[in-house]
Amino acid sequence: MLEQILIQTINGIVVGMILALVASGLTLIFGIMDVVNFAHGELFMLGAYVGVVTLAGTGSFWLALLVATMVVALLGAAIHVTTLRPLLGRDPLNTILATFGVSLVLQNYALWQFGPVARKIQEPLTGQFALFYLDYPWYRIMIALLSAAIIGALWLFLKYSTYGVWIRATTQDRLMAQAMGIPVPRLLTLVFAIGAGMAAASGVLFGPLVGVNHAMGLDWVLKAFIVVVVGGMGNLGGSIAASIFISLTESYASLWVSPSQAIIVSFVVLILTLLIRPTGLFVPTPK
Amino acid sequence: MTRRPTLLFWAAFCVVLALLIVAPFALPEFWRRFLTEILIWGLLAMSSDILIGYTGMVSFGHSAFFGLGMYGAAAALLTTRPPSLWLALLYGLIAAAAVAAFVAYFSTRLRDIYFAITTLIFSQIFYVIIFTWTEVTGGENGLNFSRPALAIPGLFSLPFTTLTLYWFVLAVVTASYLVLRRVTRSPFGMVLQSIRENEARTRAIGYPVERYKIVAVMFSGLFAGLAGVLYAIQNRFAAPDFVFFVVSGETVIYNIMGGIGTLVGPIVGAAAFLLLREGLSRLFPYLAAVASQNGLALPGLAEFPYLIPLGVIFIAMVIFMPQGLLGFARRRLNE
Repeated sequence: MLEQILIQTINGIVVGMILALVASGLTLIFGIMDVVNFAHGELFMLGAYVGVVTLAGTGSFWLALLVATMVVALLGAAIHVTTLRPLLGRDPLNTILATFGVSLVLQNYALWQFGPVARKIQEPLTGQFALFYLDYPWYRIMIALLSAAIIGALWLFLKYSTYGVWIRATTQDRLMAQAMGIPVPRLLTLVFAIGAGMAAASGVLFGPLVGVNHAMGLDWVLKAFIVVVVGGMGNLGGSIAASIFISLTESYASLWVSPSQAIIVSFVVLILTLLIRPTGLFVPTPK
Repeated sequence: MTRRPTLLFWAAFCVVLALLIVAPFALPEFWRRFLTEILIWGLLAMSSDILIGYTGMVSFGHSAFFGLGMYGAAAALLTTRPPSLWLALLYGLIAAAAVAAFVAYFSTRLRDIYFAITTLIFSQIFYVIIFTWTEVTGGENGLNFSRPALAIPGLFSLPFTTLTLYWFVLAVVTASYLVLRRVTRSPFGMVLQSIRENEARTRAIGYPVERYKIVAVMFSGLFAGLAGVLYAIQNRFAAPDFVFFVVSGETVIYNIMGGIGTLVGPIVGAAAFLLLREGLSRLFPYLAAVASQNGLALPGLAEFPYLIPLGVIFIAMVIFMPQGLLGFARRRLNE
């Protein structure tokens, strides 16, 4: 029993780190742009597909990761310029609708282009180590570390780079930032591109664990939304904490119920959060 | 509120209703069924307009109410012998109302996007429960049942044909429209609209805003459940796909396309969306056939996913036509 709990703890942290990667893009986009990005799961899915294609062409997983991130980031910038920039200044609810349309387009494009059969990404690291009675793949550990590295890089970028400072200034007060000469519309496009790229990277990283198919984004966008609300919208640290928290509770729950039912546990966490602390579990109490 | 526009409204109402009553005589079987579906989806969209258009709360969870209406009807039709239309309606409405009460209690504590996300998550909870609870709900395969007869015990009993089912649905949808219209113009509806305009002020005047919101969500859910019952009777099955949140998204799309805050707008939106989808799904195979006749081989054109142009049209409407198709007539329709 104890071994099972330990294994589930490791599983939960690994999945939680990928979820954190998806959710931090989502929370970045929401916190800074007031955009609820329904197409985030589709960007995740497209990233995985670009990864599949690049991997088939070049045979290098790392190149696939890089190319997928770049391509989807560019796509994200294009989506932002064409569909979200015209909605600047309107009710944020409009962005839900527009991105819902985007997700419809992207999902059906993937279905048409790649077909309904799931593809597989070969993991770059096939070694395993003994974990009690299991052979635990090193690749899973590597995903967790890589996700942490990407999130860390994002944090450094936000903290120290000029653009990062601009992004944080825009979060605090968009109007004032604009008055100070920060190119806000261009900055918002950049933020959306970064969020999209992070979603794509997590798609490629997660690809080897499950099959890549056109509907894989749906589960993730829902989970990422739960995380973003539980962690406090627009709060990067909160999202990461909430990702790991939710993944752990789901892992433990799957000791007793089937994994498809374990997701109800995270729904319950969300509802309790909304009842007790609607601003999010992992943010300081507003004064 | 002058007399003339009201008269104009009722005149237009009667003309449209008369056209809808005689429409099936001019239509082949397929389009009769199609028109029935439009009305049912229109009823679902209209029910969510109470929240989106009149109270200012965008619900992304209407699939739960719709789906529970379906499964409620299924329960009545599978457990009672002979299957009774009225029991199906009753069970479906009770199921939808119970779910709506549950969802309303929690979700109305939140506003704007948070409300939208909460309703979305709630509908997913019901989806997962229905999907995994195979012994009761049939799981992924759903439930099949036979269609009940249109009957009043002791008086008469008619089996439904496509035509009578269409009229039955039309009658239910028209009655629902009249009820919803009356409600939006009642003092209760006025409070809802004042919540939309300025929630803080409404509360300051002394209205218990939360209670009004809860009732609004329940009311809306009840009519969504009614649409679910009608859909179950029309198609003789209940499936978890209809509880999935994509259905809720489509409901919101119907509202936006038709124009929120008009009640008839969502029905027009549903009609526009479904007709566009049907048309586009035939367009690409047709284009491919024309191209190959002219010696052009365009591989993949026939299978081109018609939902892509539909999505693009929808995005364009959100950007350029936020009022929707009937937005221009909004004031007229609410007079």
